[in-house]
Amino acid sequence: MPPTHRAIRAVGLLASVVVLVLVALASIAIGAKGLSSAQVWHGLFHDSGTYADVVVDDRLSRTVLGLLVGAALGLSGAVLQALTRNPLADPGLLGINAGASAAVVTAITFLGVTSLSGYVWFAFLGAATVGALVWFLGGSRGATPVRLALAGTAISAALYGYLQAVMITDDAALGTMRFWTVGSLGSATDATITQVVPFLVAGTVLALALARPLNALAMGDDTARALGANLHRTRALSMAAATVLCGAATAACGPIVFVGLMVPHTVRSFTGPDLRWILPYATVLSPVLLLGADVIGRVVARPAELQVGIVTAVIGGPVFILLVRRRRTAQL
Amino acid sequence: MKTTRTPALRVRDGLSVRLDPRALAVVALLVAAALAASILLIGTGDFSIPAGDVLRTLAGYGDPRQEFIVTELRLPRVLVGLLVGASLGLGGALFQSISRNPLGSPDVLGLGQGSTAGALVVIVLFSGSATEVALGALAGGLATGLAIYLLAWKQGVHGYRLVLVGIGVSAVVTAANGYLLTKADIVDAARAVVWMTGSLGGRDWDQVWPLLVLCAALLPLVLGNARGLRMTEMGDDVSYALGVRVERVRLLLMVSAVMLTAGATAAAGPVGFVALTAPQLARRLTRAPGPNLVPSMVMGATLLIVADWASQRAFGADQLPVGVVTGVLGGLYLLWLLVTERRAGRI
Repeated sequence: MPPTHRAIRAVGLLASVVVLVLVALASIAIGAKGLSSAQVWHGLFHDSGTYADVVVDDRLSRTVLGLLVGAALGLSGAVLQALTRNPLADPGLLGINAGASAAVVTAITFLGVTSLSGYVWFAFLGAATVGALVWFLGGSRGATPVRLALAGTAISAALYGYLQAVMITDDAALGTMRFWTVGSLGSATDATITQVVPFLVAGTVLALALARPLNALAMGDDTARALGANLHRTRALSMAAATVLCGAATAACGPIVFVGLMVPHTVRSFTGPDLRWILPYATVLSPVLLLGADVIGRVVARPAELQVGIVTAVIGGPVFILLVRRRRTAQL
Repeated sequence: MKTTRTPALRVRDGLSVRLDPRALAVVALLVAAALAASILLIGTGDFSIPAGDVLRTLAGYGDPRQEFIVTELRLPRVLVGLLVGASLGLGGALFQSISRNPLGSPDVLGLGQGSTAGALVVIVLFSGSATEVALGALAGGLATGLAIYLLAWKQGVHGYRLVLVGIGVSAVVTAANGYLLTKADIVDAARAVVWMTGSLGGRDWDQVWPLLVLCAALLPLVLGNARGLRMTEMGDDVSYALGVRVERVRLLLMVSAVMLTAGATAAAGPVGFVALTAPQLARRLTRAPGPNLVPSMVMGATLLIVADWASQRAFGADQLPVGVVTGVLGGLYLLWLLVTERRAGRI
């Protein structure tokens, strides 16, 4: 790559970070109660217990969660797309959302868990179990992209059948699940956030470290092997990173679709196929989308709010269709 | 070169129709299975009737009590099941053939979600009656089908683009459905979820007639164009050269498939995975290339009736909607496919 291109990409990444900071500040300032920039500043650095400070505090933890969850969704999508060599792969395709949903509904209906911080662990456990199951059914050692996708679809189908059966027979489960399944940043408490943050951070580090081996994988199995890449280890680690990231994000916020599909897809169109650029860009731009959608959701339905999962799909769907239409069909 | 002679039906004027003995046998067996399961399903319920009595009653010689139960309550339900299954199987086969993708079923393209959106609007915003819900679902399904076709149109509709646009539309509509569900009160939400699962419970003659008319009108149209559809599977250029008006055939068949799916969904709710699995199963049984339209249709009807019967037997009358069973069966079928095809080294 010529040095000027690298410089342009680095500047672009820096600019994206600046945008992210601005969106994060907007996410603190905008909401049912509007705050001036002075109030935001005061609330961020002093805690004098005034009403405005409490609001800032509350929105700050929500914003931090949005940042981490956004990055996690974008990264897990990018890693899965590289792993399956399929530009349409997202965590939902591998059954991770279905696993988390089925585990949460089980916790509510059969184990009597009622608090959000209680079922975080179930969501995480469900996501991890299904991730591992897909990995083994997909053929572990000889896992190919198509096998993984098919195994994910099959397990999702069976689990959604179970989910619906429970929701039909148990009104309490339905009452909780209909809010949980749309995906929201607002429902997580500070306790939940501290529970999932270590996983989100660890998954992010692991995923970013996988850029180079995944680059080798993209050239096809034979070339990658000839280059000395350990295919099996790279696939297993990628699957683990994607599962941890998406599982933790889903545990905290419910299944938020489309961020993981859309952002890496869009990023690839201007960075090219090099994952050493795609992964950092996805890490920065996914939270921009997620926090932006969250702010929009708070503004359009003020004083109530629209769940972030709904807003991302409503924004993401048309953008995705535009992308599909713009490409020549031969490339797809 | 040795050639095997394909069995064919020939008329004097030069008209000939190829006959595939294996496909014919499969269709005959599936029809027999569907009828047998229907008889059993009519006999199953809180008031169980032996198969012999069911047959006697259907022939008009039953006692009045059984006659009421059979003809007024259970026969229409079974007929709705058969028609819905057949429509979904046929619609699924058409979509999979048009998109040239085994995942290109109406479930994945978001037609079911579109119908659901129509039904949810009626249930949540207007608390409408069952008939109004069905009409809403019909309108939602047709509008979604139209939207997907128009958005995927770019000098013709390419199969893969159709699937991708469908996935995008499906995501937006799913979000809208999620929003409507969170806005509903719990009674409406419960009603909506039952509808969304797909159920045959409480279906009567009012659902049978419109669906029967729809199927009777569309079936000749679809089968008349089946030949053209089979040609288009060889690629657009080849089929143009063979004299098939590709876009016309595709539009006609897509409209038919959307109407079949929307009609079936309006009658029974979005019963999952029948449209996805029936054509795949039929293809594996007949081992014939091409869209396998009639075997898929019969397979869909058989699947739905057997799933409903299994649900009634295992969990009691009307406890578990048929959509749950087809979802679980569909998932297990895909897993089975995965394991066997892996052993055969095909994927």
